[in-house]
Amino acid sequence: MKRVQFEHSAIPYFFIAPQIVIIAIFFLWPAGQAVYQSFLLEDAFGLSSRFVWFRNYSDTILTTAWLQAAQFTFIFSFLVTFFAMAIALLLAVKANEVIRGARTYKTTLMWAYAIAPPVAGLMGNLMFNPLIGDLYKFFNAIGWDFNHKLDGFDAGFVVILIAVWKQVSVNFIFFLSGLQGIPKSVTEAATLDCKSPTRRFWTIVFPLLAPTTFFLLVINITYAFFETFGIIDTTTVGAPGGATTTLVYKVYRDGFIGADLGGSAAQSVVLMIMVLALTVVQFRFIERKVHY
Amino acid sequence: MFGITLRTFTTHLILILGAVFMSAPVWVAFMSSTHDGETLFREGLQWWFGGHFIENYYEILFVEGGVMKKVTAVAMIGNSLILGIGFAVGKVVISMLAAYAIVYFRFRLAVPLFWVIFMTLLLPLEVRIIPSYEVVAGLGLLDTYTGLILPLIASATGTFFFRQFFRSVPEELLEAARLDGANAWRFFIDILVPISKTMIAAILIIMFVVGWNQYLWPLIMTTKEENYTLVIGIKQIYQVLSEGGELPQFQKAFALTIIATLPPVLVVLVFQNWFVQGLVESEK
Repeated sequence: MKRVQFEHSAIPYFFIAPQIVIIAIFFLWPAGQAVYQSFLLEDAFGLSSRFVWFRNYSDTILTTAWLQAAQFTFIFSFLVTFFAMAIALLLAVKANEVIRGARTYKTTLMWAYAIAPPVAGLMGNLMFNPLIGDLYKFFNAIGWDFNHKLDGFDAGFVVILIAVWKQVSVNFIFFLSGLQGIPKSVTEAATLDCKSPTRRFWTIVFPLLAPTTFFLLVINITYAFFETFGIIDTTTVGAPGGATTTLVYKVYRDGFIGADLGGSAAQSVVLMIMVLALTVVQFRFIERKVHY
Repeated sequence: MFGITLRTFTTHLILILGAVFMSAPVWVAFMSSTHDGETLFREGLQWWFGGHFIENYYEILFVEGGVMKKVTAVAMIGNSLILGIGFAVGKVVISMLAAYAIVYFRFRLAVPLFWVIFMTLLLPLEVRIIPSYEVVAGLGLLDTYTGLILPLIASATGTFFFRQFFRSVPEELLEAARLDGANAWRFFIDILVPISKTMIAAILIIMFVVGWNQYLWPLIMTTKEENYTLVIGIKQIYQVLSEGGELPQFQKAFALTIIATLPPVLVVLVFQNWFVQGLVESEK
């Protein structure tokens, strides 16, 4: 808030109106609709609907299919977040060290940011194609009986690999900018006190990166939950047997392909609550950060 | 001495491995897109140029009735550009105006409206995708650019970015402008917009990439082929491939992934510094 401000009664409303109108029509209305629909049950022809309290919730959330999707989503998000961040951190630390070729490395490591998840998905899908895919042939050649069309574990492996690949560059950009934000005087002082570069990293640099790391944690979990939709939809489509179906993918499938609007809406609401919980955690952290 | 050189060596080795990991898939996709289908079918993925570059890309770009029934890649590029640019420009304009109101004005509904805007950060379009579809369908906006772009703009990332930036603008500017008799609109257009130029450029670049890469929403709300964006074309070609049929046209699938990738990648590479700055700043 500025100390000096305009004081008009109507003018600010004109400036803020476009955003509020768009939010009201395309955000508040649908979000409210999702909550409302989650309590309704439509008949088979979609002609009438009645209020059924929490039946949609109990009918969809407490099923093995949903629990399986929830389990996959958590394992998937954990692995994608962990590997995408670990690889990016390693590369950012190394890219921050080199002098020769620094810019070339930086460019080659970050440009994949611009690739859309479904495009990455299709590329990966072709790499794993049983007819032409080198990766498919490679894994079978080294003795892994690899078949992602039939085996849930292998399908999960494909989706995770592509999701990690797609996310490394974003994390890399943030880690590198975080590292460059650490004052030279701090790292130089640390060099005098501690000979081992590895120990120096974990005791000095890594704690200083904590805000970046935490922020990326939230970004990566959100990515794994939502943006990986495009990867799944162009590789495994949630198969085999729902083994690679995430919660978001299930909302889409049940709603659009299964035409179970109430059930799909109930799942949306549960997802909204999960995201809200994540945000609360994030804000408690930011509050703490202010007191540093 | 040896210790240092070994360390430098491993550092470069790790970076090179990382660069290969990030680039190899795209390289192989590009190389494979320059071969004919039969070669790919017989020999697998290709690591070097083949002789069918012009032929493959010409067919996918201009010839109707190829992989898609009617739409060509050129038409899809047009749709993707409209989505990318429309999304970026729309978002910048709307969020700059809103941020201006929030930072520079005292008004009664400021706090509640701020919270309404803030809420949109919490819930991505994906979780309310089906009701959003129904709302847009109810308004008769399916298969229109308006219906495509507006729901995507209904999130507040840009607003927060500009709010942050406007707060860092020196107070003296407004005092001086008021002494000169500038009204609210003049101050915005003549002073605030010009000093935000770099920020605007950075946000435009990021939002263009984000808009170009949108998938789920365009997938759901476009039903006619002529409205497909490139990213939706990707899904179509995926479906054609998984249905099987005669000789799968892998080379065309590869070519389409390259065409869909090239524009956003070029934008990021050409404006690399703005892009990095905008990305890091906007997420804070």
